[in-house]
Amino acid sequence: MKITLHVWRQKDVNSVGKMQRREVNDISQDMSFLEMLDKVNEDIIIEGGEPIAFDHDCREGICGMCSMMINGRAHGPDDGTTTCQLHMRSFQDGDAIHIEPFRARAFPVVRDLVVDRSSFDRIVQAGGFISANTGGCQDANSQLIPKIDSDLAMDAAACIGCGACVASCPNGSAMLFVAAKMGHLANLPQGQPERYTRARNMITQMDAEGFGACSNHYECEASCPKDIPVTFIGDMNRDVLKANTCSSAK
Amino acid sequence: MAFNLDSKTPEGPLADKWTNHLFNMKLVNPANKRKFNVIVVGSGLAGASAAASLSELGYSVDCFCFQDTPRRAHSIAAQGGINAAKNYPNDGDSVRRLFYDTIKGGDYRAREANVYRLAEVSNSIIDQCVAQGVPFARDYGGLLDNRSFGGAQVSRTFYARGQTGQQLLIGAYQALSKEIAKGGVTMHTRTEMLDVVTVDGQAKGIITRDLVSGEIKRHAADAVLLCTGGYSNVFYLSTNAMGSNVTAAFRAHKKGAGFANPCYTQIHPTCIPVSSEHQSKLTLMSESLRNDGRVWVPKSKSDGRPPADIPEDERDYYLERRYPSFGNLVPRDVASRAAKERCDEGFGVGESGLAVYLDFADAIERLGEDTIRARYGNLFQMYEKITAENPYKVPMRIFPAVHYTMGGLWVDYNLQTTVPGLFALGECNFSDHGANRLGASALMQGLADGYFVAPYTVSNYLGEHGEMQADKKVTTTHPAFDEAEAAVVARTERLMAVNGTQSIDSFHKRLGLIMWDNCGMGRTKETLTKALEEIPKLREEFWNDVRIPGDDKEFNIEVEKANRVADFLEFAETMCLDALTREESCGGHFREEHQSADGEAQRDDENFAVASVWEYKGEGERPELSLEQLEFENVKLTTRSYK
Repeated sequence: MKITLHVWRQKDVNSVGKMQRREVNDISQDMSFLEMLDKVNEDIIIEGGEPIAFDHDCREGICGMCSMMINGRAHGPDDGTTTCQLHMRSFQDGDAIHIEPFRARAFPVVRDLVVDRSSFDRIVQAGGFISANTGGCQDANSQLIPKIDSDLAMDAAACIGCGACVASCPNGSAMLFVAAKMGHLANLPQGQPERYTRARNMITQMDAEGFGACSNHYECEASCPKDIPVTFIGDMNRDVLKANTCSSAK
Repeated sequence: MAFNLDSKTPEGPLADKWTNHLFNMKLVNPANKRKFNVIVVGSGLAGASAAASLSELGYSVDCFCFQDTPRRAHSIAAQGGINAAKNYPNDGDSVRRLFYDTIKGGDYRAREANVYRLAEVSNSIIDQCVAQGVPFARDYGGLLDNRSFGGAQVSRTFYARGQTGQQLLIGAYQALSKEIAKGGVTMHTRTEMLDVVTVDGQAKGIITRDLVSGEIKRHAADAVLLCTGGYSNVFYLSTNAMGSNVTAAFRAHKKGAGFANPCYTQIHPTCIPVSSEHQSKLTLMSESLRNDGRVWVPKSKSDGRPPADIPEDERDYYLERRYPSFGNLVPRDVASRAAKERCDEGFGVGESGLAVYLDFADAIERLGEDTIRARYGNLFQMYEKITAENPYKVPMRIFPAVHYTMGGLWVDYNLQTTVPGLFALGECNFSDHGANRLGASALMQGLADGYFVAPYTVSNYLGEHGEMQADKKVTTTHPAFDEAEAAVVARTERLMAVNGTQSIDSFHKRLGLIMWDNCGMGRTKETLTKALEEIPKLREEFWNDVRIPGDDKEFNIEVEKANRVADFLEFAETMCLDALTREESCGGHFREEHQSADGEAQRDDENFAVASVWEYKGEGERPELSLEQLEFENVKLTTRSYK
């Protein structure tokens, strides 16, 4: 395959970036998208240039490290797929491929396609946990959890924290990420004691980080590599409303 | 000077050792704990759980990871599950049985007392994880579900769909986040450890490189915990994450930490076969697939027919044939070697002939496609994404790949290395899996070490040796820090100055090929000798001709890789030397000279019931070997049979 790449190059957070064009030959359909970039980088290094920086680690769709907007879609054209799981067979010979970093106010560019997503960590630190210190826990089977609740919690917990939802949202909103984190814990009995303080604190931190608000575009759901549904946002909004209004939730 | 390898195993009957030890350990007064600073390198299951637990106790913790957030450590990729001796299914499990299965699974090359403790704390791990909100699979009554896994005849594996690793890691990460928020843990992301600092033989800190700015920094501490995973990437192609590396462990090794059994590498039987020369990594399909999938190859060599056209009586279900009692659920090393044997004999399938079928047709017929989808849906989807084949219709093609390393830094019963104050947890140490790890035991060990062992043993160390008075503590102005930092800077400068013509990846790939061909699934004296000749040559070529573009004082992925590959190039030699020295076959270490008439691994218990511990003697110098004799008082060493 032959393709034309247009890649965002930016030296660091303070520099101005720009798209750079590059013709690429000898691409096999069986290569993963990142293996295609590996090959491009190998060529660039041999030519004496500086390789394209991009985040990646597990290359099997679970660590959430890879990012990239590919032809305007987070993680590329395939549904329910991370960039590292995308293969070149999803493209045609002669295609032009535009690659940009995940863009959002709360995700500053570190270099080229690498962005800083530490805002997600700070949202979790604000309350996205259950305060169960190590030791002294009751037997794991002493509390029955209906399968339906456990499955729902698992649906939300499948979030890999990649930030595709933010990058796809016209408002740069992190609502789906935060809702997934809350939905995981709010659907389990263990998550109940801190449920409403958690909702309040995480939303407050989300706003402080500069993420936008939700205006129901649902781009987040469409781009989520783990197919997390927007219904969790509805659940979250209910919890936040209750946290802010009901005395029982203070 | 040979190491003093006192395992410090407590006295008393096996079942009482840990309890007695806990009572005899020194404690630190709650008010004094905050005066101690502990460094935790790595934020996977072992690192995150240790950092969180130590901070909960009151210690001041600094935690480091090279990823952009601690939640991405490679523990996240574990699919299948985590073992515990709960006996919820009432099928006869017990702490003793989990201990026995684990030590037998490891081909009797692990320390009894450590393995027993692992089995003993396994149940607390499940309790802890459930309390944190880990959404383990449940049955319709609301109780936890279990499944079976290779190497065991009971169902003791807890799981969360096909992403148990991610769910356990999120649990540990959330506990860590809670402690970061409280101020007990300071998290350093995108930071890589490049040296351990020792003062009077004790670990007192580390030197790091900030991967964004390139800045070299010093960090002082009263104890250092390495939770930095395994070294599978010495093979270049493995199921490990691209960033997984040996650097922290190897640099600690250079500073005096003994490296034990580096030749013990696990080749996982169910991975997606290599498809092209551009392949950057291999993908594992959970071993749990072998619960319902049947492994087979055609009975005739180079049978070119599509699998559906091969009638039942022309298929060889070789695992069921050779191992009727365990069948498709034999341990990983056995399953991998059996696949290699069939492919070597010319029965392999697929374009390269380096694959066997894993077939779900029977299970789908028996249970229905929906049940199979509920059990393995995400794995099937993952397979289809990579291969563009639908495993509901066509059998999967699988082949073994490097997956886990049982070898690691030598530790005593307290998880302390041969350097006082330097501890190693999780895959980074050598302690619990002997020569072969059973499925669903890595997650168990990482969390056991982090939640339930290190918090006590590190406290004990600090209670005995820790310096409480601030003015007497070693600080980063100590000359040992000057020296360590200067060495790190000099090494980086040396790398940057080479300015050669070949990329780092090209060297890494070549090293990987040398290792896979000569120190892979089957090893011989001849291949290992060959590797020991080739590796130093490749290393020399690397140091003379590697090209690192850009500057080291900026975000530069090539500088990161250069440091890691340089260490692999040294470490690989120790690995081959260890494999050459161990004149027996055991678990994941298969010396072709040592096999029975029917191709099974042949141990030599008389001479090799030992841990081989290597001491670094300088680049290119032969490391010195010390031995820890393994005593078996509670299990009888038998030939491992899964027939």
